[in-house]
Amino acid sequence: MPAARAAYDTLVFELSSPGRFAYSLPACDVPVSDPAALLPPAHLRETPPELPEVSEVDVIRHYSRLSLMNYAVDTHFYPLGSCTMKYNPRINEDMARLAGFARLHPLTPEAGSQGALQLMHELARDLAEISGLDEVSLQPAAGAQGELAGVLMIRAWHLARGERRSKVLIPDSAHGTNPASTALAGYSVVQLKSDDNGEVDLADLERHLDESVAAFMITQPNTLGLFESRIHQITELCHAKGVQVYMDGANFNAILGITRPGDLGFDVCHFNLHKTFTTPHGGGGPGAGPVGIKAHLAPFLPSPVVVKRADDGGYALDWNRPQSIGKLLAFWGNFGMLVRAYAYIRTMGPDGLRAVSENAVLNANYILKRLEGDYDRATRGPCMHECVLSARRQKKLGVSAMDIAKRLLDLGFYAPTTYFPLIIEEALMIEPTETESKETLDQFCDAMIQIAREAESDPQVIHDAPVTTPVRRLDQTLAARQPKLRWTASG
Amino acid sequence: MRYISNTPAQQREMLGVIGVASVEDLLVRIPPKARLSRPLNVPAAMAETDLVRHLRGLAARNASADDFACFLGGGAYDHAIPSPIDHLISRGEFFTAYTPYQPEASQGTLRSIFEYQTMIAELTGMDVANASLYDGASSLAEAALMAHAVTGRAGIVLSRGVNPLYRQVVETYGEGPGLRLKSAALADGATDPDALKKAVGDTTAAVVVQYPNFFGCLEDVRGAAGIAHAAGALLIVVADPVNLGLLAPPGALGADLVVGEGQGLGVPMSFGGPTLGVFAAKQELVRRMPGRLVGATVDLDERRGFVLTLQTREQHIRREKATSNICTNVALCALMATIYVAIMGKRGMRKVGELSVAKAHYAAGALSAIPGVRLRFAAPFFKEFTLQLPKPPERVVKRLAKDKILAGLPLKALDRQYRDCLLVAVTEKRTREEIDAYAAALGAAVA
Repeated sequence: MPAARAAYDTLVFELSSPGRFAYSLPACDVPVSDPAALLPPAHLRETPPELPEVSEVDVIRHYSRLSLMNYAVDTHFYPLGSCTMKYNPRINEDMARLAGFARLHPLTPEAGSQGALQLMHELARDLAEISGLDEVSLQPAAGAQGELAGVLMIRAWHLARGERRSKVLIPDSAHGTNPASTALAGYSVVQLKSDDNGEVDLADLERHLDESVAAFMITQPNTLGLFESRIHQITELCHAKGVQVYMDGANFNAILGITRPGDLGFDVCHFNLHKTFTTPHGGGGPGAGPVGIKAHLAPFLPSPVVVKRADDGGYALDWNRPQSIGKLLAFWGNFGMLVRAYAYIRTMGPDGLRAVSENAVLNANYILKRLEGDYDRATRGPCMHECVLSARRQKKLGVSAMDIAKRLLDLGFYAPTTYFPLIIEEALMIEPTETESKETLDQFCDAMIQIAREAESDPQVIHDAPVTTPVRRLDQTLAARQPKLRWTASG
Repeated sequence: MRYISNTPAQQREMLGVIGVASVEDLLVRIPPKARLSRPLNVPAAMAETDLVRHLRGLAARNASADDFACFLGGGAYDHAIPSPIDHLISRGEFFTAYTPYQPEASQGTLRSIFEYQTMIAELTGMDVANASLYDGASSLAEAALMAHAVTGRAGIVLSRGVNPLYRQVVETYGEGPGLRLKSAALADGATDPDALKKAVGDTTAAVVVQYPNFFGCLEDVRGAAGIAHAAGALLIVVADPVNLGLLAPPGALGADLVVGEGQGLGVPMSFGGPTLGVFAAKQELVRRMPGRLVGATVDLDERRGFVLTLQTREQHIRREKATSNICTNVALCALMATIYVAIMGKRGMRKVGELSVAKAHYAAGALSAIPGVRLRFAAPFFKEFTLQLPKPPERVVKRLAKDKILAGLPLKALDRQYRDCLLVAVTEKRTREEIDAYAAALGAAVA
């Protein structure tokens, strides 16, 4: 077995040497500098925190070396389904770092934040156009918070109409955040079965629709990468019962300029700017999860709302929203991410945005075609921007979806999403995105086919994987059974 | 087309492999009446040079803390950001990676988060910290929900010293679960213990105090802990970790949960986001915590490695029974904070606090020496304080902006009771010269 790469296994605390330092702070230029003379002693820390004492070069080298232990879009193809790991343009990074944006205090008087407010107003308008919805709040920090805001607006709408509804319907193929956000908004969750092709089962939906249902929440295209083709029937059935329809916009990368949630009958849709609109994933965040709504929900938008003043054309934060669901964050949203998404939309223009989705769909179907001989397809017909395969054939040979994911790491690729959607056995969910070339897709497909062959002829190489990463497979059970969540000097 | 890799020739070749004539043939599941039959009405594509010109123009209309002496606080602070942070977080290996669900290919991110959790635990004086939440306000909301889940009670008693914007977020998050919010009044700038005692009872899940509070004043956290615990409630302390190199750690004062805004730890203000939601807890509460946690373990060869752990709390496993709906957090901001704390170290963290306190007290002295201007509260303060002005604060702020001074936050919009007050923050970045200029301008403005 090949030996794993010699790993860097040091934490910053282990580089510490008493008296070493990296900071540069100004000398105290005011007369009284001793905190003991300014603050009552009870408020002063008695013992210093155990923090590292390192030099600047230690810091640079340590974190540079840590970074090299990651796979990232910049270094590896990252076909992580449902996550839209596309290229993150550098100009967006530059723009977000302009001092007028990055060093702008959120409570700066409106006269001093006109540029920022204008950008937000225009971005909201563009997202409304892209989604066919009437208004967009940019405040939610991520998709899950957009969901919470959306469901709370639906709740407020029902209550304003004097209706107390208790349930939200969600398909069994949904992202976990859907039921979690819905429960947080005070609803009980009713899970609907998907049909044999992974779509909404209309009969099952109809059976569940009644006056106790506040909303139906679905992902479009769904998590199997399929466009729900009976979407108009779905939204009409729901509306006939006073049920609002929520679209999880995680898969928006499939439909830019092709179709719009508002035109499909959706009442609410959140965006993931960190998926569709190229803001980087950052190793887990930050993201941004704007939420768009039809006009009837506008009174309930999170406050404040960025508005353009009629009198002088200036921009303002409108706090006078008596029916608002309230605030989601201390301030106005993840503005730095909004700048990046704005720069991207301006870069692409209408034709570019449509080409994004067309190429995302093309790339996913190409992968599906190349792999359908060696892996089982989860669905029939063409897919949208991602495809779901099942490793059930390989599983019979003792090779699981997780094994395949680990082997891909050795072959130079990040792994697809595995075991999701939950309704597909041994799911491998592959989303290539439009920024990848045919050459990269071919290399990935070759690797996948190689693994399928290895499953038949040499499964041990798969079971041993990964061996080229800084560590081999890790003991998850130990981590959960004896949680060690912080460093201590004693190890 | 920009950012799309395949050439028209490759696109044709791929369509051939798939066996269709055009991309349209792949979109057949979308019903014709669902199709958008016109181009999106968004502005035409811009070349990079034009985009830069346009965005520079927008940025130039904002009063950045590079061009103005920033005395604004209220939840975001102009602390200095050491240069290495942006260089390191700009490494694509960090910022273009996903959540570390494949740990073997994500050890860099996982290790840095483990360091972050350790640093936050050390600064707050708590046992464990999570990998981050969105911001200080949503962290407080999550803490309130957690207290509700742990105690089975719905009452949350918030001191009036808690940032009113945070309170609004707790209200939003509390709507579904039916949290009942109560207030405890202040007595001269700090939470009135009698009012707090009166507000707390056997339906109280948690007491919330901010330390230092929204008005800058230092609270008796130990006293609040006693009142909360006597009623069987948890004590949640909102604290700014950049202060905690000098200030007593809430964990040592009886806090059960410490939350706060970590933006001061090397994260740009960025008009309020993304920032850094800090969340730390006592050990016995760890399995009820929201958000991701990184833990240490070993690999097949018994080498140290790190993984996301205790995931059975989280939405992707537990769905509607999860401890929180959070998925995406603010990992890159947590990395900024990690690098910041590594750079500042044990002594630098204390010095930042010392300098901020010293300059804030100098500023408070200089400003309150102006005739008609006084400190609104007598309680001791840290790096932020509340002034009472003889003229409307909004007008004063406008006037001082002409001198490139962001004088502070007029409190009228947040609480009418303080309509003649201005909240002023002073970090280590402000110079004596800037403070003196501020005092001179304020003197002229209120004369």
